[in-house]
Amino acid sequence: MNDEIKNRLNTLGGRRFWLSLVLIGFAVYPFLMSDYFIDVAFFFGIYALLGLSLNVVLGEVGLFDLGHAGFYAIGAYTTAILNTTLGIPVLMLLPLSAFTAGFFAYLVCSPIIHLKGDYFLLVTIGMGEIVRLALLNNPFGITGGPNGVFGIDYPSLGFMDIDTSLKFYFFIWIVVGLCILGLMSLQHSRVGRAWNCIREDEIAAEANGIDVRSFKLLAFVIGAALAGVAGNIYASKLMIVSPESFSFMESCMMFSIVLIGGMGSVPGVLIGAAAISLFPEIFRPMAQYRMLFFGAAMILMMIFRPGGIWPRKRGAIQKGQALKGIKKPLLPGELPGA
Amino acid sequence: MQVVIEQIINGLTIGSFYALIALGYSMVYGILKLINFAHGDFFTLGSYVGYTVLVFASAALTAYFGIWGMIAIAMLVAAISVALVGLIVERMAYRPIYASGRLPAVVSALGASIVIQNSIMIIWGPRYQAYPAALIPNIPLQILGFNISLLQLLILVMSFILMLSLYYVIQKTTFGAAIRATALDRDTAALMGINFNKVILFIFILGPALGAITGVMVGMYYRQISFTMGWNYGLKAFTATILGGIGNLPGAMLGGLILGTLEMLGGAYISSAWKDVFVFLILILVLIFRPTGILGEKIAEKV
Repeated sequence: MNDEIKNRLNTLGGRRFWLSLVLIGFAVYPFLMSDYFIDVAFFFGIYALLGLSLNVVLGEVGLFDLGHAGFYAIGAYTTAILNTTLGIPVLMLLPLSAFTAGFFAYLVCSPIIHLKGDYFLLVTIGMGEIVRLALLNNPFGITGGPNGVFGIDYPSLGFMDIDTSLKFYFFIWIVVGLCILGLMSLQHSRVGRAWNCIREDEIAAEANGIDVRSFKLLAFVIGAALAGVAGNIYASKLMIVSPESFSFMESCMMFSIVLIGGMGSVPGVLIGAAAISLFPEIFRPMAQYRMLFFGAAMILMMIFRPGGIWPRKRGAIQKGQALKGIKKPLLPGELPGA
Repeated sequence: MQVVIEQIINGLTIGSFYALIALGYSMVYGILKLINFAHGDFFTLGSYVGYTVLVFASAALTAYFGIWGMIAIAMLVAAISVALVGLIVERMAYRPIYASGRLPAVVSALGASIVIQNSIMIIWGPRYQAYPAALIPNIPLQILGFNISLLQLLILVMSFILMLSLYYVIQKTTFGAAIRATALDRDTAALMGINFNKVILFIFILGPALGAITGVMVGMYYRQISFTMGWNYGLKAFTATILGGIGNLPGAMLGGLILGTLEMLGGAYISSAWKDVFVFLILILVLIFRPTGILGEKIAEKV
């Protein structure tokens, strides 16, 4: 019996079985739960999206980014400002928020992308803080200073508004689902392999003709754009954005999601996001002690599972190719997918 | 000109806080290549312990030791208790994961920071706490025609003495040589008979103790402390560390003083609301144009 379960888990059919179980669970969940817990699951979705977006940068390419909340903020404020001043529908601002955040990432990261390791980490901290402080200082009177911008509309699909917890729940999880599909296929594409190659050994990657700089920038732009999408949805759900939602702490949380889950692993990131967003809820009865336990859990996690809860398997790419029936071994010197 | 120089003196005062905190960051980074995110919270903890001593034991202490003795005792108690906490944090949160690489250590350090910060909140409450007013009589002094308060002068002198003595320990004593050797090459240093664990022990006593003393000084200077202030000071101090050259102790001191001065001047003459932005802009510019910092040596990248 036990072996049978293991076998089922390991085969493709078994995976489909578990996947459909999870999907059914997600579809049924909101109908069994109160609005409060639907909202909890909504924020789980937001953190999942943020985790996935940072995972592109941190997990796939191995760039230490501790200022990701900056991109999240840019997305949220783009939506908030353009919606409240010009009245552009929130849903139309979704791609625009993604674009703004991505473009900002391109501008800001171009001069710093050559930095390595901890130096890069520090620059991103500085960048995130500059974004937050700039929003706080209300440049040109558009960000509303410490109060932020409020009165953001609900997204409208034309035939209905997304205005209840239930609808927001499905909205965020459909977006997360689409992102997962996109990122999974990106992982197995030429781009994904180039990213992983850079993460493992930058010099070897460069020697193999991978344009390290462009690929790193691409990862940053994609990661920032996804964070911008999360910002857009967050802004429309809360109807208010203020600088304190995008603090250094928020960047730290995203960083922890990726590391607790497992770098570069999509299921890992989802588990990490669940841990970060659900943990404080589960421990809510303990009120002021919950963050204490949260910090302690972060430490214990890293002591006992430094690779994360669900680390990405080495050689996953080869296995994926075998599944798709690609059996031809690569010739020496041939670039994978070239 | 008078005002500019007085602003510089104010800047140096803040800068010496940054410098003292930065020393703790720099020592840990030099030896372990670990960004000790909990260090800012050691500083906060020191400030709170000092506050407790000054508020609750002031009558008894003042009667026996006078006002100066009381302040000295507050600093000493803060330094010792925070050094103990530093050792515990090192043992519990960092030591078990040295072997698993750098990134888990970042998360663990963040976790430690959250734990300390929230413990402070639970023990002392989430509200601002106020240091007793006028501990040190607020006597304005005139030195060469410039106004400087007695407290400022004391802070500057004391920071200078602390930095100088640390510099002496690191540069002139055998134990300091062991620390420098470990920072340069841990394995070779171990082969030469240097006890790596003792070195770590030492830096995790000294760094938090310096942070705690700074915490008490900040409490006396601003008179208002909050449990979240460690983030802000920590980030600034870390910027100072980078500015001076990471892992380089004179660099950290210089970086702190320069950063404080620039922050004060920027706040006074350009815009006070944007002064923190200058700090981080400086951080980014330094990292782009001179990643090794002002005093840092060029380290060849390992291939």
